[in-house]
Amino acid sequence: MTAETILDVRDLTVDFHLDGTVLRAVDGISLSVRRGEIVGLVGESGAGKSLTSEAILRLIRCPPGRITGEVRFRGRNLLDLDEDALSRIRGREIAMIFQNPAGSLNPVFRVGAQLHEAMALHLDEPRPALRARVVDILARVGIPAPRTRARDYPHQFSGGMAQRVMVGMGMSCVPALLIADEPTTALDVTIQAQVLALIRQLARETGAAVLLVSHDLGIISQMCDRVIVMYAGRIVEQASIATVFGAPAHPYTRALVDCLPRVDGVERLGTIGGVMPGLRALPPGCRFHPRCPIAEPRCSVDVPALRALTPDHRAACHLARPGA
Amino acid sequence: MSRPLDADGLTLPGAVAGSAPATARDGLRRRWWRFARNRGAVFGLAVCVAVVLLSVLAPVISPYDPLAQGAGPALQPPSMAHWAGTDSFGRDMLSRIIYGARIALAVGLVSVLLALVIGVALGLVAGYYGGVLDIVIMRVMDGLFAFPIIILAIAMMAIMGFGVTNVIIAVGVGFIAPFARVTRADVLAVKEEPYIEAARLAGVSGRAIILRHVLPNVAAPIIVQAALRVSGAIITEAGLSFLGLGPPPPTPVWGSMIAEGRNFIVMAPHVSTIPGVALMITIVGLNLLGDGLRDTLDPRLRR
Amino acid sequence: MIRFVLSRVAQTLAVLFIASLIIFALMRMIPGDPVLMLLGDDYTEDAYQQLRARLGLDRSIVHQYVFWLRNVLQGDLGDSLLQHERVSRLVWEAFVPTLTLVVASLVVGVLIAVPSGVVAAQRKDSAWDWGSMGFAIFVYSMPAFWKGIILIWIFSVHLRWFPAMGYVPPWVDLWDGLWKLALPAITLGTFFSGLVARIIRSSLLEVLEQDYIKAARAKGVRQAALVYRHALANALIPVVTIIGLQFGALLGGAVLTETVFAIPGMGRLTVNAILNRDYSVVQGTILAGVFLVVLVNLAVDVTYAFLNPKIRVA
Ligand SMILES: Nc1ncnc2c1ncn2[C@@H]1O[C@H](COP(=O)(O)OP(=O)(O)OP(=O)(O)O)[C@@H](O)[C@H]1O
Ligand code: SF4
Ligand SMILES: [Mg+2]
Repeated sequence: MTAETILDVRDLTVDFHLDGTVLRAVDGISLSVRRGEIVGLVGESGAGKSLTSEAILRLIRCPPGRITGEVRFRGRNLLDLDEDALSRIRGREIAMIFQNPAGSLNPVFRVGAQLHEAMALHLDEPRPALRARVVDILARVGIPAPRTRARDYPHQFSGGMAQRVMVGMGMSCVPALLIADEPTTALDVTIQAQVLALIRQLARETGAAVLLVSHDLGIISQMCDRVIVMYAGRIVEQASIATVFGAPAHPYTRALVDCLPRVDGVERLGTIGGVMPGLRALPPGCRFHPRCPIAEPRCSVDVPALRALTPDHRAACHLARPGA
Repeated sequence: MSRPLDADGLTLPGAVAGSAPATARDGLRRRWWRFARNRGAVFGLAVCVAVVLLSVLAPVISPYDPLAQGAGPALQPPSMAHWAGTDSFGRDMLSRIIYGARIALAVGLVSVLLALVIGVALGLVAGYYGGVLDIVIMRVMDGLFAFPIIILAIAMMAIMGFGVTNVIIAVGVGFIAPFARVTRADVLAVKEEPYIEAARLAGVSGRAIILRHVLPNVAAPIIVQAALRVSGAIITEAGLSFLGLGPPPPTPVWGSMIAEGRNFIVMAPHVSTIPGVALMITIVGLNLLGDGLRDTLDPRLRR
Repeated sequence: MIRFVLSRVAQTLAVLFIASLIIFALMRMIPGDPVLMLLGDDYTEDAYQQLRARLGLDRSIVHQYVFWLRNVLQGDLGDSLLQHERVSRLVWEAFVPTLTLVVASLVVGVLIAVPSGVVAAQRKDSAWDWGSMGFAIFVYSMPAFWKGIILIWIFSVHLRWFPAMGYVPPWVDLWDGLWKLALPAITLGTFFSGLVARIIRSSLLEVLEQDYIKAARAKGVRQAALVYRHALANALIPVVTIIGLQFGALLGGAVLTETVFAIPGMGRLTVNAILNRDYSVVQGTILAGVFLVVLVNLAVDVTYAFLNPKIRVA
């Protein structure tokens, strides 16, 4: 199956220019998302997942930030567009939802009005029709009494409800791509499952592709077709879900998979020794080498390239072998 | 919100482990650097130093006696002999402005100091002891706070009569409430700190705890408040003098000089404008200094 | 919301009560015997005792306060010694021009402050930022009375654009009124704008960092709408608080400004009364000023609660 490629990111780099120094938070990332696909972007806190996904829509403030590379969306490089053209794509063709649902809604506007605005910005429909759709969307994402709740303010919504509203808002203009940056991290476990199910359902109905950012491999494993693993601003492995869980090639991915909760339900997340280096102290060579159990001398000198092990499986490790 | 160390490096005797003098000095140095990088604040500091020097050295540097009439012809525009011109009595404006700095500064500093001592004491007591004392003190402060400063000062002048001391009192009274409020709010926060509790359990008396442990911890916001209020006090004094309710003539005060010059604004605009420039530069300097101190000392208010 | 308003009203009453005690006490501290002053040349021992009794001055201090308060609450502030006129009437007549000036200054101040605060925040650390914040500190630090004189010097004496003094109520003659009000309102309004522009800048900078701004941008809201609708709606809420906190300063500034422009308002009334030892007038103007400040603060708090959905729709 080779569906149309919707998003094609090449060599994306995000720098921050602060006090005369340059911090490279995202370092030459390439990834693609095809129609109808759910791709996971996974990595520890600070790996650069949020910056990668925000760079796609150019939501990072520049300066101090600087984004280079290419973000091809349906053939057009978003990094070349002017703000006006970009704002016609944001929310219309690419929607994004964030980690903090309660903070994603403007506290002084009614929830319904904010949904209304999202559609009025892009859809050429008369007001009454939009108003009806607001209620419709609220109902679809499972908000009880949608007509009344549309007149509520964000603080009257729980986090889970707010995130459903955000999902509904994101899907309201039927985008081709939904970027979800840790959409359930701030929510209770039971609510998490509901929101994830909602995302999957709406994506399937509209045919949208989804880039799902998470630090939780468990969520990724339930939701995604393919996985991209990030470490310290770089991609270390990229493969189908089956490969990542069945035959991870990078030691970091392997450690992540090993940390997943087992059938016995005991969570052992975060048992990889050491911590991810900060941007100001990135090690030379392979950035994982200080923590890598199988590191060799060259690992601290040579940067491992992201090599294709099979056509669908890439890893950035000197020791990675196909099927290893 | 723990602020174990403050601007002047006050250390808490034994109370805070781990805040060795070295860190105190480092903190001080860091703060100084943060302050020094703020160009506005440094400018403000320079202006304030200049005003202080002017007023201290007034007798040495004034070219004429500020009260001497006929030091030159009346209402002369600025010239080599009279850099700031002369007023309608032929007095040398520059000398009057230099001496005016003395009064402005004296009123500004002393009235704020007065308000600070009373307000901080009330705030400490209200915040530390709480209960009825707190309620009574703070309600009175609320009532006082309702008075616009200049209106309260006008009323006080009406009662007490004119004169520098009375101006100081009248201006100071209006600033008591803000000091009491700031202090109390901070005492309430500091009171919850474990080391205060520890001192209390160790049997240290209330007064000793307030003076030795609480006061140093609330010093920073009080210093900031004081710096910001001095400019208000000087403006208020100038306003009173402008209305003719300040120190009586012929005392050289900026406010009355501006008021007097009003009558000659067409033929001799310098009489009103130049003292006003002096007043404005002083106020700008104090405000910039106050803002800088706030940014340096009071992390909660930093933007 | 109703609970909030009720509790604020109760607080306001308490503050007014304390303030009335303070004013009462201040008035008792005035040197000299008020009865003697009222009588003036008509002094006889009999008349003295009679008037003293009529004013309730032979009773206890508590009684005197209650007596005084009852009169004040009934709007009876006594008579002016000098002008042979009810104090309440004098105060009211002086009050209107002052309030007109304050309102006009609020308008001028906001009109200047919003764009300059927004520009400063949007181009933080640029020349625009430095320029508008420098201007803010500058106009904020200029004493109102001096600024008024400078404006007269430039705009009346030299350019002859605006009259130097006088007051006509704008509702009597709109153009003449506004024309005469222009310089005083600019004098006081720029002071207020200096204050507000700084608040708008810092609160806008804070709001622009919020997640909902990023989310709004992500849904396609354009920069202008983002700043002027989404961000400003939040950033202006603290400005309302500042109006309350600074209303006293604004009123004080008005008192000084109107003396410069010969506006027959509270300032002139008060100062003349003080110079003439007409204490019942002084008391009247102070009462009115405090009452206004307290009421405005109540109104501001209620408005704040209303603007902030978290309080309004609790
Ligand atoms: N505006 C900024 N200026 C400087 N550094 C930044 C900025 N924003 C992010 N960073 C740095 O970039 C790195 C990547 O941040 P990012 O938010 O993308 O991480 P993340 O993978 O999303 O982590 P998390 O799970 O915590 O959300 C972090 O080290 C962060 O400190
Ligand atoms: S390159 Fe070396 S250090 Fe890096 S993951 Fe592979 S083995 Fe470990
Ligand atoms: Mg993130």
